[in-house]
Amino acid sequence: MIHKFKLSGYNVLLDVNSGGVHIVDDLTYDLLDRVEPPFGDVCPEDVMARLSRTYPAEEVEECYEEIVSLYNDKILFSEDDYEKYALAAVASPVKAMCLHISHDCNLRCKYCFASTGDFGVGRKLMDFETAKRAIDFLIEKSADRKFLEVDFFGGEPSMNFDVVMQTVEYARSREKETGKTFRFTTTTNGMHLTDEMIDFINNEMSNVVLSIDGRKEVNDRMRVRVDGTGSYDVIIKNFKRLVDKRPKDKDWYVRGTYTKYNLDFSEDVMHLYELGFDQISVEPVMADPKEPYAITEADLPRIFKEYEVLAEKIAKIRAEGKFINFFHFMLDLDQGPCAIKRLRGCGCGNEYVAVTPDGDIYPCHQFVGVDEYKMGSLYDGSFDTQIKDDFAKAHVYTKPECKKCWAKFYCSGGCNANNYIYQGDIHAAHKLSCQIQKKRLEVAILMKALQLIDTAE
Amino acid sequence: MKHIKTINKANLKQTAAKGGCGKCQASCQSACKTSCTVANQKCEKEA
Repeated sequence: MIHKFKLSGYNVLLDVNSGGVHIVDDLTYDLLDRVEPPFGDVCPEDVMARLSRTYPAEEVEECYEEIVSLYNDKILFSEDDYEKYALAAVASPVKAMCLHISHDCNLRCKYCFASTGDFGVGRKLMDFETAKRAIDFLIEKSADRKFLEVDFFGGEPSMNFDVVMQTVEYARSREKETGKTFRFTTTTNGMHLTDEMIDFINNEMSNVVLSIDGRKEVNDRMRVRVDGTGSYDVIIKNFKRLVDKRPKDKDWYVRGTYTKYNLDFSEDVMHLYELGFDQISVEPVMADPKEPYAITEADLPRIFKEYEVLAEKIAKIRAEGKFINFFHFMLDLDQGPCAIKRLRGCGCGNEYVAVTPDGDIYPCHQFVGVDEYKMGSLYDGSFDTQIKDDFAKAHVYTKPECKKCWAKFYCSGGCNANNYIYQGDIHAAHKLSCQIQKKRLEVAILMKALQLIDTAE
Repeated sequence: MKHIKTINKANLKQTAAKGGCGKCQASCQSACKTSCTVANQKCEKEA
């Protein structure tokens, strides 16, 4: 399978199954509309007759030979032979956990997928006993996995920070005896970050996600306090304190959500950059199309253009020798994850689970409260391996739209939760997400390709 | 080549042979939580 696209004056050709990326001229681009394996020794007569109206015949023949040569080298029209690996990660250990340390929040963000913090199941904080059981569960189910990931999530985790600290201390106390290494991460809205919390996060958390949408008027329209006032002025100060003190070897991102209200979201990315935040993730809201802020199909042309605008702005910053990183343009074309990892996305429900304050286990944070996907409980020892198997088997070859999609080894079948929530089935690709994802990938592939050309020269 | 410039190593096939160790990060633990991108992650397999 190949995929080709035109962007910013370049013709980009992707060989899906080898991961090969090629920049091609117009002749190659047009010729590839008309030829495919099996290839003969010379360009087919009808194709030559058609293309020689536009291009010199000898050039067409030469180009044809180049295509055949790359095909013979297995970096063009290469075979998809990964399906045999799809069963490899069934019955995988559980190695990652989203720990819902707080089903309460001190903001009332209008687009919150967690029903403004309580996930629709009531405001509640996790107690230490439950968190401790969660750590024990993760160790027990992780088999030979050395690195275990725990994300303190909410709601707002800082509302239950004492338990966060106790849990980290407990998990660390079990590292030596079990041979495991814990990697902690958290997300915070920044409303009540004390110096003690900042120091703890910076010492213990390998990544921290700082929620802010961008410009003050954009942020304060959606990210509001209980009394309806905006959060921007408070969180900016707190996030700056955290980032200023953050060790250089630890990750962090400011992360925003864009909605129909700010389809010019590249302005928000630039605003965050100008404030001194150079690790940025801004992504589309996922919401019921009936919501006034929801992104719909009609918004896509505008959004696609905006990603191109954003790429130009980022390229300009980098051309000045400055650093900026946009999460959804990050792509490693040579040393990224292996093909097997790429068959099934985040691993939710299989190697990744979420645990609620009540100790209930779900495939991920977005499934919390969906009864049919409750996998078990830390308090009665139950853990439904049938649900786990169902998620393990939800990979790019069992998702009909993904199987034939050029982007499948980049998004890896997308978000199962979005598939379930908006399409009714974890195997049914959420079309809106897919379209946005594909555009981001095209932009990212070209950006990376140009960067590699620059480096080579 | 005159018409086609290959940019990268195109080595996805080779990664399958020695891949699947499971050491890399679960992608949702990064900076998204509402979408899924895997290709931006690092391979953590020890050489």
